[in-house]
Amino acid sequence: MNYLWQWLWPPGLWANSDVRTAFFIGTSVAIAGAVVGVFVIIRGQAFSGHALGDVGATGAAGAYLIGISALWGFLAAGFSSGIAMESLGDRVRERDIATGVVLAFMLGLSALLLYFISTSTGTAGAPIAILFGSLFTVNPAITPEVFALTALSILIIALIYRPLLFSSVTAEVARVRGVSARLLGLMFMVALVIAVEESALVVGALLSTALLIGPAASAVQVTRKPTSAIFLAVLIALGQIWLGIILAYDSFFWPPVDRGWPVSFFITSLALLTYLTMRLGTSIWRHRRSRRPRTTSTSSLVASDAQGGTLT
Amino acid sequence: MSNQEVNDGIDAVDANSGHLQSSEALPVLSISDLLVAYDTKVVLNHINLSMRAGELIGMIGPNGAGKSTLLRTIAGLIRPQKGTITFPGLDRGDELRHRKMTKVGYVPQRFDIDPDLPLRARDLVGLGWDGHRWGVPWPSRLRKEAVDKALTLVDALSFADAPCGRLSGGQLQRILIAQAMVSDPSLLLLDEPLASLDLRSADAIVEVVDRVAHETGVTVLLVTHDMNPLLRAMDRIIYVVNGNAVIGSVEDVVKKDVLGALYGYEVEVIQVRGRILVVGDDAPVDLSGGLHHMTPRPEVPEMGSRIAEERR
Repeated sequence: MNYLWQWLWPPGLWANSDVRTAFFIGTSVAIAGAVVGVFVIIRGQAFSGHALGDVGATGAAGAYLIGISALWGFLAAGFSSGIAMESLGDRVRERDIATGVVLAFMLGLSALLLYFISTSTGTAGAPIAILFGSLFTVNPAITPEVFALTALSILIIALIYRPLLFSSVTAEVARVRGVSARLLGLMFMVALVIAVEESALVVGALLSTALLIGPAASAVQVTRKPTSAIFLAVLIALGQIWLGIILAYDSFFWPPVDRGWPVSFFITSLALLTYLTMRLGTSIWRHRRSRRPRTTSTSSLVASDAQGGTLT
Repeated sequence: MSNQEVNDGIDAVDANSGHLQSSEALPVLSISDLLVAYDTKVVLNHINLSMRAGELIGMIGPNGAGKSTLLRTIAGLIRPQKGTITFPGLDRGDELRHRKMTKVGYVPQRFDIDPDLPLRARDLVGLGWDGHRWGVPWPSRLRKEAVDKALTLVDALSFADAPCGRLSGGQLQRILIAQAMVSDPSLLLLDEPLASLDLRSADAIVEVVDRVAHETGVTVLLVTHDMNPLLRAMDRIIYVVNGNAVIGSVEDVVKKDVLGALYGYEVEVIQVRGRILVVGDDAPVDLSGGLHHMTPRPEVPEMGSRIAEERR
């Protein structure tokens, strides 16, 4: 028992200012990601979410080169590509194609910028931090900005909650009732960009979906209402990020050397673990209730996406 | 036969029904000289119709005849190039852009919902109540009563708490009707509600729309490939072929001369054991889309299955 406590609350954890910053920023980011993530799943925009994270790398690399915080680079790249994606692809069918075209170009650009960074600094530290996350090295000065962005994304979701749900599930009926799918798509895109790019700051551009899709995908397995899905997703995300931080702190004493393992590894592993547990649990539960068999396509796509994110 | 002659035939029938209406209250919906075109292709032309309160009208016609286009134009999803759609019998009988006030209930063509969507059937109905408003939903007694009333109307209380994505086709169709009915519309539009349903589920839907029209007094306009399931409930029929339409009672419209004028070549109307079959010659090249469903050959799905059903 004592040992477990030592492990969950290692000595000096809270005294460490990097850990404190990581805790505050991680908490804020986890909440934004979980709330927005439930709508990402409902709207089937997991691919857009993933793409916005990847694209963010370009902006973050640019920000590093001109010497400003990576967050602004992430956001600038996210907003410009998010708006471009939303306006290029009008219909759902076109959205993935438009995203793919923008994505390929932006990733090419980030390859160039990351090359400039590594040749000018002579190390791969900054590119690794951009791509795979740097929660413990985030500058504490941007904490208020992260809080404000999270608040903004949650406010947007609260404002568009009903029409967004209406338009996401029965788009044509919503249109007949005068709901503008275009306006809602754009407003949701703003919330999505904030959630994805904040998440990219914490777990890296390539793994940002772990905080966006992971908790929400787990939550929708066991909930029947959007509100309970959102609450559960927030709880899962908080558990994921807090436990991830603690494990990363513990890992300072693990082999090979006294440098901690990447916190992103722990967070994404916990995301996958939670998702698999929930999925397995509901399958067993459904089997025992002998309901009709599942014929799902989208959820298995989400599964492979979460897996892919973790293995990247 | 020229287009003009076909149109003359339609005007004659229209004049007929117009005479019937003059003795009654104002029509709920009135369409005059409607023209709808996609780019340069004219989809609907010279459409003149009016519908009375509490009427159940079936819209029949071959694939590509313009049935769904007409329905979507009435719903306000498509803007006509010419002509007017008015709601004279309603308080604010204005142009279609006031559709939020004139209250048109719309049930779209069948679509699939992700089985993991965290939304119960009753939540989907609730979106018909307040989904067009900003903000988050607040539970209210008024809302709950309206939702329960709509669920009762369509016999859906038994599966009201099931997740939307796990409903059968017929169940989802009934929930969508409840969603449209919860806002207390004057006109209910349904796009192919009987498509890809087994006979029993289709009959259940017909029973529901029968009740909606004849007990609650809502005008129902329903698009379907096959008029037979509707024969016992339908008050009038709109027959659409190649962008032209005839409205009237089944006896007045489904006749050799009227349909012959509409199709532009000779057809036979055959009654077999309470069912009506429309049989035509092989299609001339320019009417190929129109003729497909009229050929009483086994490869035509809806008629083939009907006949097979009859034999069993």
